[in-house]
Amino acid sequence: MTNTWQDIKNANLVVVMGGNAAEAHPCGFKWVIEAKIENSAKLVVIDPRFTRTASVADKYAPIRPGTDIAFLSGVIRYLLANDRIQHEYVRAYTNAGMIVKEEFGFVDGLFSGYNEDTHSYDKSSWEYEFDEQGFAKVDETWQHPRCVINLLRKHVDRYTPEMVTRICGTPIEKYMEICELFASTSAPDKAMTSLFALGWTQHSVGAQNIRSMAMIQLLLGNIGVAGGGMNALRGHSNIQGLTDVGLLSNAMPGYLTLPYDREDTFETYMSTKQFKPLRPGQISYWQNYRKFMVSFQKAIYGDAATAENNWAYDWLPKLDVPLYDIIRAFEMMDKGEMTGYICQGFNPLQAFPDRGKIRRSLGKLKYLITMDPLDTETSRFWEDFGPQNPSKPEDIQTEVFQLPTTCFAEENGSLVNSARWLQWHWKAAEAPGMAKSDIWIMSGIFHRMREMYRKEGGAFPDPLLHLSWNYTDPHDPDPEELSKDMNGRALVDLKDASGAVTVHAGKLLDGFAQLRDDGTTASGCWIFTGSFTEKGNQMARRDASDPREQGIAPNWAWAWPANRRILYNRASADPAGKAWNPGKPVIEWNGTQWTGIDVPDYTPTTKPSDSVGPFIMNAEGLGRLFARDQMAEGPFPEHYEPFESPSENILHPKVKSNPAARVFADDRAAMGKVADFPYVATTYRLTEHFHFWTKHALINAILQPEEFIEIGEVLAKQKGIVQGGWVKVSSKRGWVTCKAYVTKRIKPLIVDGKPTHVIGVPLHWGFTGQARKGFGANTLTPSVGDANTQTPEFKAFLVNIERATGPAV
Amino acid sequence: MQLSRRGFIKLTGAGLAASSLGALGFGPAGEAMAAAVRPFKLVAATETRNTCTYCSVACGILIYSMGDRAKNARSNIIHIEGDPDHPVNRGTLCPKGAGLLDVVHAPTRLKTPRYRAPGASEFKEVSWEFALGRIARLMKDDRDKNFIDKNKAGTTVNRWTTTGMLAASASSSETAYLTWKVARSLGMVVFDNQARV
Repeated sequence: MTNTWQDIKNANLVVVMGGNAAEAHPCGFKWVIEAKIENSAKLVVIDPRFTRTASVADKYAPIRPGTDIAFLSGVIRYLLANDRIQHEYVRAYTNAGMIVKEEFGFVDGLFSGYNEDTHSYDKSSWEYEFDEQGFAKVDETWQHPRCVINLLRKHVDRYTPEMVTRICGTPIEKYMEICELFASTSAPDKAMTSLFALGWTQHSVGAQNIRSMAMIQLLLGNIGVAGGGMNALRGHSNIQGLTDVGLLSNAMPGYLTLPYDREDTFETYMSTKQFKPLRPGQISYWQNYRKFMVSFQKAIYGDAATAENNWAYDWLPKLDVPLYDIIRAFEMMDKGEMTGYICQGFNPLQAFPDRGKIRRSLGKLKYLITMDPLDTETSRFWEDFGPQNPSKPEDIQTEVFQLPTTCFAEENGSLVNSARWLQWHWKAAEAPGMAKSDIWIMSGIFHRMREMYRKEGGAFPDPLLHLSWNYTDPHDPDPEELSKDMNGRALVDLKDASGAVTVHAGKLLDGFAQLRDDGTTASGCWIFTGSFTEKGNQMARRDASDPREQGIAPNWAWAWPANRRILYNRASADPAGKAWNPGKPVIEWNGTQWTGIDVPDYTPTTKPSDSVGPFIMNAEGLGRLFARDQMAEGPFPEHYEPFESPSENILHPKVKSNPAARVFADDRAAMGKVADFPYVATTYRLTEHFHFWTKHALINAILQPEEFIEIGEVLAKQKGIVQGGWVKVSSKRGWVTCKAYVTKRIKPLIVDGKPTHVIGVPLHWGFTGQARKGFGANTLTPSVGDANTQTPEFKAFLVNIERATGPAV
Repeated sequence: MQLSRRGFIKLTGAGLAASSLGALGFGPAGEAMAAAVRPFKLVAATETRNTCTYCSVACGILIYSMGDRAKNARSNIIHIEGDPDHPVNRGTLCPKGAGLLDVVHAPTRLKTPRYRAPGASEFKEVSWEFALGRIARLMKDDRDKNFIDKNKAGTTVNRWTTTGMLAASASSSETAYLTWKVARSLGMVVFDNQARV
């Protein structure tokens, strides 16, 4: 989230698209109701299904799964064609006026630079024109035919209301009303907030779904302001934290990136990181990358990271492929290229697409380790549970370790919520039986392996032998000590220009501005610097006071970065420093500095006349309507059909689905055709359940005891399916037998003149826990991911449905 | 004055029928009520501040347990509710969070390390020493066999692709940091979390 949960109350328009906050995030959704009651806000919900969020909406529009980009591109067209954008904001804070290279183009569904053999782009033409000093050229008058706003205008011109309706199946009058509601927030003092979750990410074009709305928010001047922003509601309690700390294939803590093979030396690696400002006077904050990187290496390798060994750069593993994501991991496993897998609080047999492939692949491992408080399906994959998990244990040679761990109530530590707050929590009881914390288990594996390497030698043990491990109890490090490691400390007395000591050696740092690139500071996660200082654990703060009741609560816990609660808050004020919305200012220029209820997004004394752009992480300081080379499939979003879709791509039939997606051959062969699987399916979650955990909790297992699918009345009638009757739902990859819930909530959509039926598949059931056994929605889903992130396409795929007889009782 | 629950209800019912003012005014029936109402259970419980383990709204919760954290007393969690001081949830919990107590005490909570040998048809309980020792051996053997120190071009790459890890997205950031250190110092690259699902 760019903003906070409570800040939603400041919105004039709340758009929930790609999520269902009322059911998936109920206690956060109360702030939407607050906005409606206290701020007369309107709520718009765009969803294939009439959800509980939709049930309290002022305007609901159905949409075919996987067509959000067409819908939103149509909105962009409407805003530009009717001149309903926030002009001053767009001119000053976005790259609308930047001139793009002449070689850039878009023809028949493909951007310039496409390579059909590699399914990827040479992105060199997706770039600005530069002047002699290396600064990007700008046409402030927006007259140049190749300035971004004009290229965008041309790009979205195809998305007429009629075209949007043909692709999305949304009734045209509802679509037009929603366009007008969006446009109403182009007024400088009006804000729209976008709330989204997996409904946008779990598509082969997931990242571009989100970009489309982010572009709309820039055009409307809604980023950085109270009640605005792009707000990813997120899933697990610390998924934000795990991402911040870089537990992703290509990531390091604080959004540093793991090196690739081509970055053979530290200097080569650094050469692509310290972005030179693309406009005069811009901050381009990643210029400090070397400080974060060197301080990180000092945090994990201590004295062993030196200037002479390039801060132990070679000890970091390098990547030969863009991502070793989970879809690739199971592809490797299936091909016999993996020996072992550790599942720490993660249940891939339930959570990842094409369950049959997951089960088969796990059986090809030599060893599988699960660490979990609960008895997961993954840890029992080898056991025969009947049709829900058919198996012959004697044929499976995988050694399986099921390690019992503590749960949230049995440990201290911090979690990062979707608003980037680091909140500390405390242990309430001991874990049951012999269960141990993940910290204890990982330390145990580490100590044993390090001892073996000391005694036996073996493959390149240096990083392991020199890993910094200065904890009071090395076998069970205290979470506070780990927090301090991430916050960082001075390794020598740090002095200012006059020679005065600013931070004494060994002391905790106050903020990341103190980090240095000469090995005199250490910090395990630079964005967390300031979270645990000499003043104490800032994450444990519990002062809920809220200036002007504006939903900031700046002294509750601690938010990264630098306790800033609204990202890009410089953009909440006009170029002269006055709030766009005088009723809800965030920060303003008082003549000598920036002041207000939030921590300013840059040095508080930066004068408005310096024209420093608000988007300080971007080299041009501006919000990007044109993404340069940052996205896999193009600098502008384009509508591509889901990989399993009932419809041709009527914009460009030859390029149906995301041309930059990575699809493994076996997975492509497992895609179904509309002739065999005529209905669109989409997975989702119920308000009574959280993924596959709550079926272990008795009350939740009672509330939603068994697997079912949702089907509209029209299709149910056609197929002779009755309320509560048994059905068999099948895709090219497998089938599920469960009960049908016949509903008015899903109605057929008219897509390109043809009726299209959508089937809803909730995903909570498996074969362990207290609920009834289920097959799992991932039995049906295809193994293809977003081209940038490899998030699997769970939200749009093809199935068939038939009446079935229930299991013998 | 000892009264059974049934007796208490009868008595107060009669009292109310006869004279509700009498009950409110601490007449004989009021005395009976005061004597029969048990003390509020949570008064004797230990309160701990925590965060709901499910979604990223991160509602503040209060966990109540029996036991005073003394070394020789084992705490038992008896009640969990929303934290009224929390600026986001303000005391509320959703149907998931309201059931937290049941997941803490789920019958399928794991209590002992278990091991399943190749081809075996069941788990058997093992010691931590066996489990961690065997795991370290399997991991080291695989790493020694398949570790790639240089690629074909001769660049130092120091990666290990044959053992992978999925990290827990409901674990703390501190757990995450320690996990990162261990996994990456081994050269692990097949490494991911639940951000994608």
